[in-house]
Amino acid sequence: MNQKEPIIKMRGVCFGYSDTAPILKDLDFDFYKGDKIGIIAPNGSGKTTLFHLIMGLIKPSCGDIEIFQAPMKTEADFADIRHRIGLLFQDADDQLFCPTVLEDVAFGPLNMGKSRKDAIDISRRTLAFLGLTDFENRITFKLSGGEKKLVSLATILSMEPEVLLLDEPLMGLDIKTRSVITRALMEMNSSYIIISHNINFLESTTHSTLTMREGSLIADDQVHVHVHDHAHVHGDVPHHH
Amino acid sequence: MIEEPFATGNSAVHNIDPRFRVIAAVVYSFAVALCYGFVPLITAFAVSAVSLLMCRVSLKKVLKQLALVNGFILLFWIVLPLTYPGGATYPLGPVTIHQAGIAFAAKITLKSNAILMALIAFIATMTLATLGHTLGRLKVPEKLVFLLMITYRYVFVIAQEYQKIIKSIKIRGFRPKTTLHTYKTFAYVVGMLLIRASERADRVYNAMRCRGFKGTYYSLTDFQADAGSWIFLIIVFGATTAVVALEIFLRF
Repeated sequence: MNQKEPIIKMRGVCFGYSDTAPILKDLDFDFYKGDKIGIIAPNGSGKTTLFHLIMGLIKPSCGDIEIFQAPMKTEADFADIRHRIGLLFQDADDQLFCPTVLEDVAFGPLNMGKSRKDAIDISRRTLAFLGLTDFENRITFKLSGGEKKLVSLATILSMEPEVLLLDEPLMGLDIKTRSVITRALMEMNSSYIIISHNINFLESTTHSTLTMREGSLIADDQVHVHVHDHAHVHGDVPHHH
Repeated sequence: MIEEPFATGNSAVHNIDPRFRVIAAVVYSFAVALCYGFVPLITAFAVSAVSLLMCRVSLKKVLKQLALVNGFILLFWIVLPLTYPGGATYPLGPVTIHQAGIAFAAKITLKSNAILMALIAFIATMTLATLGHTLGRLKVPEKLVFLLMITYRYVFVIAQEYQKIIKSIKIRGFRPKTTLHTYKTFAYVVGMLLIRASERADRVYNAMRCRGFKGTYYSLTDFQADAGSWIFLIIVFGATTAVVALEIFLRF
C-alpha cells in the first residue's frame, strides 16, 4: 500500500437528521497509516457520528468517503472493509452479545472465515494480551463494567484491524482498567483515532489532537498549549507543596 | 430474570451429550402428550420421576417449579368435574359432579407433570447457551436459534433498563395510585422501555456488522457422544416404546 495515500479520506462530508441543524458540515479528513489521533470536542458535536460514517453504519447526505483507496458508496463496499477497521462502542453492552467471553471474542475472526481452531487461538492470545486469561468461559453479562470494556476491546483486537476507532474508551472505568487500556494502546503500534475527554490519556496515547467546530474537524492547538505531563505519584495521598 | 437452577451439576444425566438429551426429550414428550390411558400415563409419570431423581438436583427447587404449573392445573380440577359430562354423577348442592370430568382432570395432571419432569431432567440440566448451540447443531433454523441466544443475552439488559427507569421515578417521589397520572407514568415507562430496547437492538446489530456479521452464526462448541450418551438414548427410547405399547394395548 502506498504510504503517502491516506487510508481514510473524507471530502466535503455532511450529515444531519434535519436540514436546519446539520451535525457534520463539509468535513474534510485524511487519516494515514501510523497516525494516532485524539478527538476532544464537546458533547453532541458529531464525534460518534464521524465514526459511524467511517464504518458505513450511517450514510452521508453529501460528500465522498474513500477507505483503503476505494470509494465507499454502498453497503457492500463497507461490508468489505469493516473487518479491517475496529470500532469500539461507547457502551460495552452493545458490543458483547454472545453468552460466553470466548465466543464473543471469536465472533469476528469466525466471520472473517477463520477456522474454529484459528479463531480460538487468536481469541486466547488476545485475551492474554489484555490480562484476561481466565475469562474465556465467563458469562458476558455477568462481568463488571471494566471487565466488559476490556472484553469488548478484545473482540475488536482479535480481528487484527489496521485501524482502531475508540469511542470514549475510558468512560466510567476505574484506574486499573484505564491503565490496562492505555498500556495496550501504547504497546500495540497500531493506527487509531480516539474520542475522549481525558486530555492526559490522549497526551500519552496520541500524536495529535483534533477538535470539532461547526461540524468540521480542526487541529486543536489550544489543547496542546495547555497540556503537560508530570509525575504525581502520591497525588492521592493528602500532602503539601 | 432467567435463573438456571438445574444447569450446573455433575450427575450422569448432566454429562450426557446435550444433542441426545434434546432428541430424547422431544420424542418422549411427544409420545406422552399423545397418550390417553391411565396405565401409560402413570408409567410415564414414574419414568419421568426416576429420570429427575437421577439428575440429583435440588428437590425443593423442582417442587417449586412443579407447583407453578400445577397452580394452573388446579383450574381444570375446578372446572372439568362440573362441566365434562360422562360416567357416574354425584349431586353436590346446586351442581353435579361428573366422574368423567374427574378422570380427565387426573389425566391432564399426570400428563403435564410427566412431561414437565422429563423436560427438567433432560433440558433444564443444560444452560440456555448450550441449548442454543445444541439446537443449532440439530439443524433447527438459524434464525430461531439466534433469537433464543439474543433473547437470553439481552433480557438482562432490558431488565436493568427497567430497574433504572423505576428507580428514577421513585427518587422523584412517584407512588402508584389509581389516578390518571399513575397510568400515564406507567405508559411512559413501557414506552421508554420499548424505545430503549429498539435503539439497543440497532446498536447491537451495528456492532455485529462492524465485526463482519453477515447472517451466519458460527458456534465454537464441539459435541462428543460417548457410550453413555448412546445407552441413555436407548433407555429413553425403550421407555417411550413401553409407554406407547401400554397406550395401544392397555388403554381404558
